[in-house]
Amino acid sequence: MRIQQEKNGVHTISLYVADKPGVLVRVALVFSRRGYNIESLVVSPAREEGYARMTITCSGDEDVFEQIIKQLAKLIDVVSAEDHTSQDMVETEVALMKLAAPMESRTTLLQIAEHYRAKVVDYGSDTIMLRAYGDSKKLDNMMNLLASFDVREVVRSGKIVMARGTAKT
Amino acid sequence: MTTIVSEKVPTGAEKLIQCLDREGVEYIFGLSGGAAIPIFDALVDSKIKLILVRHEQGATHMADGYARATGKPGVVLVTSGPGATNTVTGLLTAMMDSVPIIVLTGQTIRASLGKDAFQEADVTGITYPVVKHSYLVKDSAEIPRVTREAFYIARTGRPGPVLIDLPKDVTSGPCDAPFVDEVSLPGYDIPGGAAPQDLEATAKLFRRSRRPLLYVGHGSVISDAGPAIQRLAEKLNAPLVNTLLGKGAVDEHHPLHLGMLGMHGTAYANKAIIGCDLIMAIGARWDDRITGKLDEFCPEAMKIHVDIDRAEFNKVIRPDVSLCGDAKRVIEELIPYVEPCESAEWVAQCDKWRKQYPLKYKAEGGLKAQHVLDRLDALIQGEAIVTTDVGQHQMWAAQFVRTRKNRHWLSSGGAGTMGFGFPAAIGAQFAMPNKPVWAIVGDGGFQMTLCELATAAIHKLPVKVLIINNNYLGMVRQWQELFFENRLSGVDLEGNPDFVKLAEAYGIKAFRIKRPGDVDKILKQAAEYNEGPCVVEAEVVKEDNVFPMIPAGAPISGMLIERPKTKLEKPTGST
Repeated sequence: MRIQQEKNGVHTISLYVADKPGVLVRVALVFSRRGYNIESLVVSPAREEGYARMTITCSGDEDVFEQIIKQLAKLIDVVSAEDHTSQDMVETEVALMKLAAPMESRTTLLQIAEHYRAKVVDYGSDTIMLRAYGDSKKLDNMMNLLASFDVREVVRSGKIVMARGTAKT
Repeated sequence: MTTIVSEKVPTGAEKLIQCLDREGVEYIFGLSGGAAIPIFDALVDSKIKLILVRHEQGATHMADGYARATGKPGVVLVTSGPGATNTVTGLLTAMMDSVPIIVLTGQTIRASLGKDAFQEADVTGITYPVVKHSYLVKDSAEIPRVTREAFYIARTGRPGPVLIDLPKDVTSGPCDAPFVDEVSLPGYDIPGGAAPQDLEATAKLFRRSRRPLLYVGHGSVISDAGPAIQRLAEKLNAPLVNTLLGKGAVDEHHPLHLGMLGMHGTAYANKAIIGCDLIMAIGARWDDRITGKLDEFCPEAMKIHVDIDRAEFNKVIRPDVSLCGDAKRVIEELIPYVEPCESAEWVAQCDKWRKQYPLKYKAEGGLKAQHVLDRLDALIQGEAIVTTDVGQHQMWAAQFVRTRKNRHWLSSGGAGTMGFGFPAAIGAQFAMPNKPVWAIVGDGGFQMTLCELATAAIHKLPVKVLIINNNYLGMVRQWQELFFENRLSGVDLEGNPDFVKLAEAYGIKAFRIKRPGDVDKILKQAAEYNEGPCVVEAEVVKEDNVFPMIPAGAPISGMLIERPKTKLEKPTGST
């Protein structure tokens, strides 16, 4: 497997795992033992019963990353471990954002939301809540733009990915 | 309507023991406790023999010694909480050296899990990093499948320890699940042989090589690849070296064999490492004890790596060719591809080094550990199973006790676990009742597990414990002398017991060697004593050092063949 590094050194790994107690700890230990940081982790049931899908984004030293992929693949409960960093794939993330929305800035906020196709999911007298989705970079940009406003809370789902075409995720 | 029950439903514990029986288990090394009582109860009616130990760590090393001597998984049974945590060192030892052991731990009842119940510990949580795999059994119906999988995982591929945590109500409740034969583990694959193009690429590198070297590790012992490796070496006319754990795969008396390489390896093995133009690792993992300073390790040599574990490729060294598979199978497949190398000059050079830099010691003066071990080698002639503890005596034994046969050298390599040697010898002796078994231990390590003298005594095991007693934690003392201006700190074992009297307190025969002239006579007496265990205490000179030595983190060319006159820099490598 050829591992290419994105500019920021972030890798996206997709794991297909047996849905058993402890599998998350076993996976996490492969990272923590090597002092490698997990940036986001999404776990969800797979289509096949008894299995789950994990999508992990992480960053760090390249040689260590190669070991991490191999050590993950070695775990008995991990059926497959794929690095999607260099692959043609669709990635999506969802973010919920709660902002103070006084009258004077409300219009600007709604314009930014409109630009990023974010939906207003809660419209209160003091705050509004936006829901945006798309690739992580788009969400990062939106966050940057909103940083000058009074952001109260942000919850992001973490990235999920799927390989394009006939390639397997 | 009445249902006639012809057979009573077994308990989970009874089912478990039946499953162990089906796996061919002969011995269980264990220590009981509340949460494990149902399992111990089920053992009463089983033909599996329970060996009651005196400390759980001892049980793990016994199972480990049993497994190393036979290749079959060794089984440990302990209780929850502290019983289970006492197995952690043994699990690490087995994990680091790829040894198949099964550790069964009792656990509190399911309803109490996570509630700080008496003798409760999160045992699967504590042991994740030191097991190949583990199970917490929540339903007695899982017992047959889990047991089957555990044995399969422990002994196949790259072997390793598997732990099964068994809540007390799971083992005491009924279990009518059928036995399981087939294993379905989609996430577990076992590499078999190598791809033909990789074999061809390997052969091509050998064709260009004039100074080839085979570097034989524990994987070769585990897969019994020795005869194939010897044929390969002879066909290529390539010298070979082995790691500490690779001893015995190929007879160390073979004319192409240069002995052990690495930190305390022979000078000629290490000179061969520096001089070779091709090095092939067979079931070895380029450990830091082997490579020294990585940037300067064989920079000119082509590197070939045979390993069953893909994760070992590119971990330390980027090989020019990697062959993933079982060592024996890969080497057998490779032999038809290779041709003899034009290596006569190289082999002659290695022989010259062997004559120029022999292992040596002074037999006169005070009693030397090397002298005792050299004479032991002459006495046992490679026919005995030898276990060691960890430290100076281990390195001297590795140098002077030349191993002739596979699975006849059992030593804790990766973990370097003090306390391993003696219980491992007990396990090996149970496995091989007709073989002489010698445990070579230091006075420090022996005291960590000496309570198992009772276990050896009660079973009248003819294990011979040779204590190389220098009243020091000698290897650390050596480092402090060489690199820390002899500022001795925490190494003096003043207060050691009289080991002869200690053995006698357990009803064990004991001998003492004080003078070089007594070595042969007393070793022979010990070898001939077979009514039970015996202890031989060799009172060796206090301050002696193991040479050759490559300081940790130094390049192999920095090897010290004898004590240097000049002051040495502190080592940069790990431990």
